[in-house]
Amino acid sequence: MTAVMGTKMLRKEDPALLVGENKFIDDIHAPGELWMGMIRSTMAHAKINSIDTSEAEAMPGVVAVYTGEQLAEMGLWLAPLPCAWPVTEDIVNPPHNPVAVGEAKHVGDIVAVVLCNDRYGAADAAEKVVVDYDPLPAVGSLEAAVANTAMAHSDLETNKAFHWPLVPDPEGTEKAFAEAAHTVKAKFIQQRMIPSPMEPRGCMAIPSPAGGDITFYSATQVPHILKVMIAATTGIPESKIRVIAPSVGGGFGGKLNVDPDAILSVTLANHLGVPVRWTETRTEAAGSSHQGRGQIQHMEVAADENGKISSVRVHIDADMGAYMMLITPGVPLLGSFLYTGVYDIPNLAFTCDGHFTNLTPTDAYRGAGRPEASYAIERIMDMLAAEVGITPEEIRARNYINGGEAFENHEAASTLVFDSGHYRPAHDRALEMVKIDELRAEQARRRDAGEAKQLGIGMCSYVEICGLAPSRALGGLNYGAGGWEHATVRMLPTGKIEVVSGSTPHGQGHETAWSMIIADKMGVDPNDVEVLHSDTAKSPLGLDTYGSRSLAVGGVAIAMAADKVIEKAKLIAAHQFEAAPEDVQFEAGAFSVAGTPSKSVHIQELGFAAFAAHDLPDGMEPNLQEQVSFDPPNFAFPFGTHACVVEIDTETGGVELIDYVAVDDCGHQVNPMIVEGQLHGGIVQGVAQALFEEAVYDEDGNINNPSFMDYLVPSAMEVPSMQLDYTVTPSTSNPLGVKGAGEAGTIGSAAAVMNAVCDALSPYGVKDMDMPATPKRIWEAIHSNANNSNGGAA
Amino acid sequence: MIPAAFDYTVAESAEHAVQLLGEYGDEAKLLAGGHSLIPMMKYRLATPTQLVDVGRLSDLSYINQENGHVAIGAMTRHRDLETSAVLAEACPMLAHVASLVGGPAVRHRGTLGGTMAHADSASDLPAAVLALGGTIVAQGPNGRREIAATDFFTSYFESALAADEMIVEIKVPANTGGWNYQKFNRRAQDWAIVGVAVADGGNGVALVNMGSTPLRASETEAALASGASAADAAAMAANGTTPPEDLNADGAYRTHLAQVLTRRALEAAAG
Amino acid sequence: MEVSITVNGSTHSSDVEPRTLLVHHLRDNIGLTGTNIGCDSSSCGACTIHMNGESVKSCTVLAVQADGQELTTIEGLAAVAESDGTATGDQNWHPMQEAFQNCHALQCGYCTPGMVMASTSFLKENPNPTEEQIREGLEGNLCRCTGYHNIVKAVQSVAGGAS
Repeated sequence: MTAVMGTKMLRKEDPALLVGENKFIDDIHAPGELWMGMIRSTMAHAKINSIDTSEAEAMPGVVAVYTGEQLAEMGLWLAPLPCAWPVTEDIVNPPHNPVAVGEAKHVGDIVAVVLCNDRYGAADAAEKVVVDYDPLPAVGSLEAAVANTAMAHSDLETNKAFHWPLVPDPEGTEKAFAEAAHTVKAKFIQQRMIPSPMEPRGCMAIPSPAGGDITFYSATQVPHILKVMIAATTGIPESKIRVIAPSVGGGFGGKLNVDPDAILSVTLANHLGVPVRWTETRTEAAGSSHQGRGQIQHMEVAADENGKISSVRVHIDADMGAYMMLITPGVPLLGSFLYTGVYDIPNLAFTCDGHFTNLTPTDAYRGAGRPEASYAIERIMDMLAAEVGITPEEIRARNYINGGEAFENHEAASTLVFDSGHYRPAHDRALEMVKIDELRAEQARRRDAGEAKQLGIGMCSYVEICGLAPSRALGGLNYGAGGWEHATVRMLPTGKIEVVSGSTPHGQGHETAWSMIIADKMGVDPNDVEVLHSDTAKSPLGLDTYGSRSLAVGGVAIAMAADKVIEKAKLIAAHQFEAAPEDVQFEAGAFSVAGTPSKSVHIQELGFAAFAAHDLPDGMEPNLQEQVSFDPPNFAFPFGTHACVVEIDTETGGVELIDYVAVDDCGHQVNPMIVEGQLHGGIVQGVAQALFEEAVYDEDGNINNPSFMDYLVPSAMEVPSMQLDYTVTPSTSNPLGVKGAGEAGTIGSAAAVMNAVCDALSPYGVKDMDMPATPKRIWEAIHSNANNSNGGAA
Repeated sequence: MIPAAFDYTVAESAEHAVQLLGEYGDEAKLLAGGHSLIPMMKYRLATPTQLVDVGRLSDLSYINQENGHVAIGAMTRHRDLETSAVLAEACPMLAHVASLVGGPAVRHRGTLGGTMAHADSASDLPAAVLALGGTIVAQGPNGRREIAATDFFTSYFESALAADEMIVEIKVPANTGGWNYQKFNRRAQDWAIVGVAVADGGNGVALVNMGSTPLRASETEAALASGASAADAAAMAANGTTPPEDLNADGAYRTHLAQVLTRRALEAAAG
Repeated sequence: MEVSITVNGSTHSSDVEPRTLLVHHLRDNIGLTGTNIGCDSSSCGACTIHMNGESVKSCTVLAVQADGQELTTIEGLAAVAESDGTATGDQNWHPMQEAFQNCHALQCGYCTPGMVMASTSFLKENPNPTEEQIREGLEGNLCRCTGYHNIVKAVQSVAGGAS
């Protein structure tokens, strides 16, 4: 049997999706279901004087209308919505009620909820609830939060939630900056991003009033975490809760939270004894789905006369939004370890302040902390190159860890140990693929000719931390859970194989990838493998999917469980052969005795023997089923170099991405087709941050672009085809040698695009530009050198 | 999101539609392709209690060349304009501009009459009709009247149509003189941040999203008529306009874009 | 009010509120949940179906407007291909469905029904498009997973096969 891993096997998930047969959350119904309609605050910060629900209550089909105050009195939940990552001991974390009580803290904060027997009726009734607000001073931006003139929470005296330092060697930092030949300082703004999976969020809770069980369907990335958190928040025994994630239409971090709708639907379903459901509208998502990024980065590097960097000093102000969600305060910390990038920089001083605003809460969005870090170091590398007077590629070459040669176990200034890396081959290959010399010549020609359309070339060499995570490391960061992943592999009596995955897919193709791992490990047809997942009744243990962890933790757990099944099966085979286990070999699915070809049995044939248990070795338990909880010893550190070309119409400010190349290294690949797809999509999300997307709020905290008409998720017209290539540097953090690929594209692309934009504009004295680089910003930068954090003027 | 409730009537003819408008008064809206109206109703920015569906009036879907102009039935869809052999021959600009509206699915439903009646200054086709010097034919209780496109658009989403009138036809001069349409936006399917339509070798120049209505760049037209260069004439494109301000552009930027795009359109039209 | 709609060859007569959006009628009343809803503003195209053979966004059509019309949703696309003799592969799918799988043009699959319906409508109108024309043809359909690269490839592969 030829190897399956490493091939572009077509996905097992696709047929159902391609004929509309699979079920997303809004496709699933229960008899007697009630629709929740949320009444959301239209003010960023306001005292709720009164809520008149009478007209809504009289609407046809309306069963109940509840205000936050009523719900609080009903005592349906024990605790506010959870934050699992209180990053410091003294973190400020005001209670986050599923429905606001007394004060609304952001536009979109739920202030009341209607329950109606009809989707349309719920929308109608929600419109009829009249809320009387007294506006309070609102903190409408991160800058305003830092200024601390108005308070996002009226009962607090500061907007600051925490201060988190990672300053291993402060004297070293001082010394490095004092002795530097070159220092470069910049301020970068990571605008708020709306994760925008194509499927909006949604959920449905189905109670069983007599038995006390509750089945909760949710378009979630994290059914296992939800189960624990629903129990902890509501007091419903965890053993009574079953969480099912049906087909989930993308997540990108946006579906890893414990949102108000989850607690409301579960508790109201229990209270009323009928199913309660909710489907988010896209417009509603702008205020109710958590957002990503939202940081101001103050970044400095110190370097010698050749541009060799001796220290990075960075302070981040991070926008929490109005409340701490599940991992809100931890997101910037995930980036803290990466501000030295792929470079051999001996010193790092990182501090982060978290601040409350009266804006939609923030939390993880594809890359979560790492794209921000990668952006800051990779933008400032270009600035340093300009300062030193060398090319962007040269400044990188001079600073790569181990001179760009292969390494293992590199301890970075952050004290994290990078598992493995080999940075120069990706760098060289990316520049070759993008044809850097030809581009520079064409760029020079256009500049000399004064053409309206100018070229910019940008690159980014990134490293990221994925495979979240070693549980001890998470504990050290005050994270409220571990980072292991669980897997079970069982051989059924008929020889078919069931794999139970604690990782929870929402588009990644786990069923295919896990089948491929089993196929290779066990020498079976991947179509003989069924993967069970996303239902806590089928997969009781797991920590789900985020942080590019599925393969590097969950996939590895599956491979390890398969090894254990093979080990046990080998004992059965040896027993049947009447041979010593050490004389039995396993190849391509078959056990045999060396030198005795007649004695051979396929592992799938042993399924029945293990099940019937008529003749097992003495003392052996029946059945072939093994489980593993894999807790990785270290993170995995994927890396790569991206390069791209933009064409800027200097008359209009229009910008077009005309070429994009990426050379990524995620270690060994299980299915290169899936890796490629992850990179394509990841890259475009970073491009979108660079050029298109931003949740725009006015100073009063109103969102100005809550729909897809104004929040510009790019279409096929706005992005080019991409050229991808790979290097393979196996991870030393797991036995498969794999690293993650889900976030890498996003982590590499925003900086590459912005480096290209700034390169194109450098003849106009533009040194930096805030994201997204809109035509208006570009035009203004060319013509007034005003609109960016670092000043445009040369 | 879901529209507020309304009653729905299928009009049997233009006359019937006009009669229904008369009966229902301000509460009624005509529904053609619905691609402007239905989204506004879903957001409950529009809450008509009566919808009169004129989208089934197939006798108002035609493109005919007659007496030096092209007569287009109000219910002619963008897709039909885009692919019309008559327009390709007699007025290629209108076909081209139609091909730039929204995406294909939108063009399969949207109608020229609906777009004109919606009177959105950010729409492509109204400005094209304006640049071409078109005429809007409206059916009212007392029969038909013709309104010059230059008189048709009165304010934001407002036109010279009376409450009980319906567009039945749009006439544009058969014109293959130098033409060009420049549409500047950030994402292909979106409305123009600024657009410029040049028709008839520069005799008609119209601006998209430069004010409360589609506008003729009259100073540019006058300058061209008196022999100014494209560049000089284009520099006046935004004169007399009060361009709107939104997330994509402020007045200064829109003014600049109008000048650049007008110059490009004039040069391309001349080329 | 009473509407009668032929969907994937079957006629469904039902009494609907005039404001019922076609996409809700298909999903909630007729039970064809393959067509998805991704936005409120006709921007994303997840709800794209065919009406009388052409792509439309079913979130921006009222069920009453579809009275008497012939619709095809993703559930019925393979049957259309089968009846016009273009079905391919073991699954007897429309070539576009097969191409989407072969080119890995879907990940989460939420935009996919709309994307496939938009692509098939587009190729009917422009059987031999350039890459740029394919991208234009899909400009009204958003995808968050694939970066469009493989979707464009899938459409190209069907176009190439048809030419």
